[in-house]
Amino acid sequence: MKGFGGIIINIAFRGLVPFTIVYGIYVLCMGESSPGGGFQAGALLAVGILISRMVLGNGENGFNIKGNTSVIMAGVGTFIYAFTGWMTVLNGGKFLEYDCMPIHMEPVHEMHAMAIFIIEIGVAMCVMMTIINLMEAITKRGDEDEDAGTE
Amino acid sequence: MRGLIAVLLASITGMFCSFVTYMPVIGDVNTPPNQHVTPTYISESIDDTGSLNVVTAVIIDYRGFDTMWETTVMFLAGLTTVLLLTSNRCGRRPEEEINRRDEGGEILK
Repeated sequence: MKGFGGIIINIAFRGLVPFTIVYGIYVLCMGESSPGGGFQAGALLAVGILISRMVLGNGENGFNIKGNTSVIMAGVGTFIYAFTGWMTVLNGGKFLEYDCMPIHMEPVHEMHAMAIFIIEIGVAMCVMMTIINLMEAITKRGDEDEDAGTE
Repeated sequence: MRGLIAVLLASITGMFCSFVTYMPVIGDVNTPPNQHVTPTYISESIDDTGSLNVVTAVIIDYRGFDTMWETTVMFLAGLTTVLLLTSNRCGRRPEEEINRRDEGGEILK
């Protein structure tokens, strides 16, 4: 898709996108002890990337995730969640029993928090990549129609 | 037959909608969730899970399995939507569509 940035949008976007992405990472990391979590963090990260793609267009920015990469990454995010459950099973606990994670940390609560953080990374990755994926599909279709119209 | 099915569906929908009036009032202290579940989560989540946030404790820990399938459902929904959006209309391949357009152009000439 083509970017639609003018001078005002381009300058606003320089402040907006880094703030959105850093805030998304903050929400992801602090989700365990404050409002937030994987779903919100994934949505924020995806919004940051989508704004930059809408303003600059495809191909000019660093967040150009091409082809099937976003689908694969969304699947990997879902897999991380399920794999955490299986890790606890393999380590002798129940499914998703976080006290039995193979990572050993001295207070059990720390280990627990680590497992929750891993799971939230998986959720955030799935949400973010699914949103990017949908955006990519819609814009691709629009581009095809545009090409068909100009021929 | 069609009318019968429509009447049946309408009556079932009306039945489901009328169930709403029998639901407990929001914030009622005497309902089972407010008597057992919520106090237990609030008082024991920090000992059970070590998470300072009750919402995180409930979503990720008490209902971790639910959240796992939520994530899976969202991934599958996104995947299906993308597959539907990127497929060509009427199941035609792009080159066939171009051929058809060319043929139409020739007829118009």
